[in-house]
Parts: sequence; structure tokens; C-alpha cells
Amino acid sequence: MIKKGWRDLPKGGLILSAGNAIEYKTGNWRKEIPVIDLQKCNNCMICWIFCPEGTISVIDGKVTGIVMSHCKGCGICAAECPTKVIEMKMETNE
Amino acid sequence: MSKMTNIMALNGNEAIAEAMKQINPDVVASYPITPQTIIVERFSEFVSDGLVDTEFLAAESEHSAMSSCIGAAAAGGRTMTATSSQGFALMLEMLYIASSMRLPIVMAVANRALSGPINIHCDHSDSMSGRDSGWIQIYSENVQEAYDNIIQAIRISENKDVRLPVMVCMDGFTTSHCVERVEILDETSVKNFVGEYEMHNSLLDIEHPVTYGPIALQDYYFEHKRQLLDAMDHAITVIENTSEEFEKLSGRKYGLVEAYNMDEAEIAIIVIGSTAGTVKSFIDGSGNNKLGLLKIRSFRPFPIKEITNKLKNCRAVAVLDRALSPGSLGGPLFTEVRSAFYDEQTKPIILSYIYGLGGRDTTTNMISQVYQDLESTIKTGKTGKLVNYLGLRGE
Repeated sequence: MIKKGWRDLPKGGLILSAGNAIEYKTGNWRKEIPVIDLQKCNNCMICWIFCPEGTISVIDGKVTGIVMSHCKGCGICAAECPTKVIEMKMETNE
Repeated sequence: MSKMTNIMALNGNEAIAEAMKQINPDVVASYPITPQTIIVERFSEFVSDGLVDTEFLAAESEHSAMSSCIGAAAAGGRTMTATSSQGFALMLEMLYIASSMRLPIVMAVANRALSGPINIHCDHSDSMSGRDSGWIQIYSENVQEAYDNIIQAIRISENKDVRLPVMVCMDGFTTSHCVERVEILDETSVKNFVGEYEMHNSLLDIEHPVTYGPIALQDYYFEHKRQLLDAMDHAITVIENTSEEFEKLSGRKYGLVEAYNMDEAEIAIIVIGSTAGTVKSFIDGSGNNKLGLLKIRSFRPFPIKEITNKLKNCRAVAVLDRALSPGSLGGPLFTEVRSAFYDEQTKPIILSYIYGLGGRDTTTNMISQVYQDLESTIKTGKTGKLVNYLGLRGE
């Protein structure tokens, strides 16, 4: 992402549009990556409730995966999952 | 000049409260502190008497007062406050927030020494501690200037190329508490001069949501600070233009600096605040056209070009500082004036004088001594001490 120079930024450090947190990719903070076993997931939605970044994808009431562009690797989902189907693994460069 | 000028006998605090009444800001949040208390006290009476529409907030501290002003300004209101000394110090953290959010807040400062030892009288150590806070600083010599500067500060602060908070300083007690003859403009002229407040990025504008105060780390902080420098550069022109417009209204001339008896001056004193009056009185009494005065009205932005231009024909100059920068060479005004001359081909000898700390009286005899020092420096070519102290025992 090309960052703007000082002349092109809004004055006073303001953010002039709403709902733009999605543009801030927190995924590169990640050290550990959550790996979810969708076969064993019972779609209780506890991870969906707890995820601080809202990265749990849900389609038609079913968990379909985790959005890695914003997952910080905090591990809350893995800790809270009652069926223990989310495992935190070391992030690799692959 | 305005047709409806009222002559009143007011002290500096009352004159500022009067200006605030005429401006009729949306919000005033403040906390009383000597020697500024009368501003808040008098203004709260105007609120009680229904003479202003202002939302008046008596905060529980100066930190809260400035925080409230920041909130009110971000919400889209014309916002004013006042403080002194320890109150100023307690606000300091929030001063940086106000300027970095580019909020046009106008604050009166009755200059008072910072403790310790505890002291309630005038020096400039309070506002000088905020010189790097990103606020515009305008200093007043007397009650009339305090009144006039507050009105002009609204326009300067709200100018779209500036949008910075402005502090209007006057000397505590010397100006804040001494009753002087003041020409008060009629209220309509003042209201027309300051104009209707134009909101920018109001937090209450739900059609255009905006975030104030988001984090800016290694990636953006630097750029935002650079913007603030740009606004300060614009303020130089805006202060001059506002002064010109104000002159049309009031007949009183202002600028970034005031040059007094400078046309043929060989030696000059540079000073901020009420002591300029003492210097003028001495010059007038001497009848000597070789003695000049340069009064700094705008310390932030610092008018480098005006200073070097007005002093270019002087052979020796004394810079009077009413604040210390312990460990530095002389006071803050001295170091900046000297630095301003670095690139000049011809430059005067420049000496530092610290004076008036904690309200120590500065007399015309002391001013006379300074001019004598400058004269002998020219004659002998010897500068003597670079940093000097006026009226200090044991020197």
C-alpha cells in the first residue's frame, strides 16, 4: 500500500470516512495461525462471538473459515472453542 | 474606525471577559486560577445574567477544562477558555492534543511564574513551557491589546489555512489586574468581525461521520506534525492580514512585531509583554532617537524575517527574557533571536538579559542600565557578559 504524503492527508489526523477498519490489515501481526477442522466443527458460533477482529466467516449458519488478512493470531478462538477443533500453529512463510 | 467606541476603565481580565461576551462563544470550559480568575468569574456572571448564549462548564481542573474544550471544538462549537501558571502546566498534555487535532480554541493566559518556590506573580515561564505545543502565541503589552488580541485570535484560529488553537497572553497582575483606559468596540462590529462560526468535521454531523484522535504510529505521526508546521507558516500571513482588517475597524495598528523608535536606532531592546511599555516610557523620556524597541507580539509563529529586518541597522541588541531555560544559553527569546541572525551578512552584537522572574519589578533605571551596557559594548567592542540578570541581588 502506497502511503500518502503530508499534503494529501486529512488535517488533524482525522479519518473522514466510516467503516474503514477493514482497510487496516491486522493479519501481518500474526505469529501463530489458527487452523480449524471444519469436519468436526459443530457451528456453535462461540469463536464468531469472541473473535476481536470479526474474522470468522459464516455462510448460511455454517463456519466456512477464517479471514487471514485480519486474523492477528491471538488464539482466543482456539482457547474458547468448546469442541477443541481450532489449533494454533506457528506461522510459516509458505 | 468604528463609530460606536465605548471608553471604559477595565483591568486586563475584565477586558478579556468583555471581549468574550461580545464574541459570545458556544462553549467556555474553565477552572479559576490566580491571576486569571476574574476572567472566568466575570464571564460566568454574563452567563447567569443571560447576556451570552454560551454553554459554561466549570470544570474540576484545568486538565478537564482543556479536555472539555477539545471535545466541544471537535463537536463543532466556537470554544474559549483561560488559565495561568500551574493551571497551564496541568493543561500541557491536552494543549498538544488540541493543536494536533487542529481545533480552533482561543485561550487567554494571564502569565504567572511556575512554582517553585510558589509564587503568584508574573513571568513567562508558564506559556514558554507551551511554546512547542503547536499553539499560536500572541502576547499583549497592555489592557487594550489584551482586548484587541482576543478578538483577532478568533479569526486567526478559525482561518481555514491555519486552524490552530491560539493563546493570547498578558502579564499577570501588571496587565490582568491594573485598570486602564480601554476602547471597547460596539458589539455588532465585533460580531461582524469574528463572523459566524463555520463548523469543520463536526463529531455531531451524523451524515458525515468522522474519527478524531486515531492512533498514528511510525507510519503517519511524522506527516501530521509536518502539517502542523505548515499551518504555523500560514499563520504568519493570516496574523498580518487579520491585523490589517482589525485596523480598519478599530484604528489600532498591529503586526507580528511592533517597532518603536527604530528608524534611526543604533541600539535596541527586544522584549515581550508589559515591559515594552516601560521601555517606551524610558525612550520617550530620553528623547534619544538612537534607542529603539522591538516588541514581539507573535512568539509562535516566530517572525524571523520581521525581526532581522527591523534590527538590521542596529549595532547592539539586548534580548530581555522573562523566563529561564536552565542549562541553555540565556532565555528562550534570546536563543531564537540569535539563531535568526545566523545567516545574515551583517548582524548586531546580541546580549541576553533575564528579568522580572516571579514578578520582580523592572524599572526604567534597569532599562537605562541595559542601554548603557549596549552603548559601552559598541564603544569598547567588548561584550562583557553574554547573559545578564536585571535586578538580581548578588550580581
